[in-house]
Amino acid sequence: MLYATRLRALSILTAVTLTAGFALAFFYAPMDADQGFMQKIFYVHVPLAIVALCGFIFGGIMAIQHLRTGDSRYDLRSYVAIHLSLVLGAGVLITGSIWAKASWGHWWVWDEPTLVSFLIIFLLYATYQPLRFSIEDPERQGRYASVFAIVAGAFVPLNFLAVRLAQSYTHPRVFATTDGGLPAKMQLPFYLCLIGMALLFATLWRYEMASKNTSAKLRSLRRKLAGDEAVAPRGRSAAPSVGTGS
Amino acid sequence: MMHAVDALLRKELRLELRAPQAVPAMALFSVTTLVVFHFALQRGQVDGDLAAGVLWVTLLFAAMLGTSRLFVADHEEGGLDGFLLAPVDRTALLVAKAVSLFAFLVALEIVAVPAFALLLLGPTPGLGAIARLVLVLLLADVGVAVIGTLVGALAVQTRARDLLVPLLALPLLIPVVIAAAKATTPLLLATGAEGIPLRWLAILCLYDLVFGLLAYAVFDFLVED
Repeated sequence: MLYATRLRALSILTAVTLTAGFALAFFYAPMDADQGFMQKIFYVHVPLAIVALCGFIFGGIMAIQHLRTGDSRYDLRSYVAIHLSLVLGAGVLITGSIWAKASWGHWWVWDEPTLVSFLIIFLLYATYQPLRFSIEDPERQGRYASVFAIVAGAFVPLNFLAVRLAQSYTHPRVFATTDGGLPAKMQLPFYLCLIGMALLFATLWRYEMASKNTSAKLRSLRRKLAGDEAVAPRGRSAAPSVGTGS
Repeated sequence: MMHAVDALLRKELRLELRAPQAVPAMALFSVTTLVVFHFALQRGQVDGDLAAGVLWVTLLFAAMLGTSRLFVADHEEGGLDGFLLAPVDRTALLVAKAVSLFAFLVALEIVAVPAFALLLLGPTPGLGAIARLVLVLLLADVGVAVIGTLVGALAVQTRARDLLVPLLALPLLIPVVIAAAKATTPLLLATGAEGIPLRWLAILCLYDLVFGLLAYAVFDFLVED
């Protein structure tokens, strides 16, 4: 299968990079002067957030390709990317909340614009699955989901702009999202964690794609061998159907 | 294109005038919501940021009612199929629906804003403040109308139509709420109206522009087949 090639190498690379990144974060990077040990969550939280946002944008780009070409494989790519980003997004909100509790004493603070923007985006994308699920016709489901993914993808930067402007900057930003504020000894572990997280996303995405394609292939082979009656019809699902026509 | 928009728009408005459905429901809902706010906040009067918040929550939730009904009649009575058979640009439907939703929102605000001033608002805004409030309302209405048309068209083909409209539209409209509430607050201060920071109007214009173009780009895919 196309999607299962070099998966083992990619998995090993991901595991090595992430382990090395976290090891550097714990043993090499200096303790933060203000926040001490709790600041280490930064090496999980920020890469997770960046990768999740890039995943949403990637889903939007695949959706554009889907509408342009009408090829349902792009719909599957978009679906898997958004699905994974949602899972990572839940992780972002949890780690962000823990960090907020540790540094400001509250589980949720409204004057951290990045986290608030992320919550809004998470809430928006949380409707992606219900939207898909409530459309029965697979072709229309894919088309409408792509329209949603494009609109939501364009919403991401605009939302960040609006929320950022709405804050009165009461909190000094300890870590700018650009690397400007980051000390040199924190940069290496941070970028390693970021690359590791991106690789993790890529690996999981490839696994999910391989799984979806393989089960579709299996179904069509079963149908060829045993006839149409032997295979139960695919129930209503939020996931795009692949290759069921063959 | 202009003829098609004109015909569709006249159809929408005539339908609403002959058998008013969306506007009375939205207006009634907004007044009821104001009463709910009175009891929930336990206040007779509001001003400043609280007043802006009450006004925008009321208007936004009332707009959701109009949005979820926007395409229902066309979908159920076959108007959409008829439109697809006609040799006109699909964008005409987007423009006509967005303009009619915009008109409904203006009609809603003609009822809801005076009702808000009468029932809950503490300070009495002067003419200058009212003019600026109208500007903010109109800019926000464009954004709500565009998003409402897009989400309405998206949701009408689904089985969970009325559930999906607010779920999809409210997060998308949060930038509008941020900018509109921030722009309305200085107009409703107890100490007298102040000027609006220009960046909120700029955000509203930017939002209208971005999502207007985006809706234009993707709407065709929502009305195929």
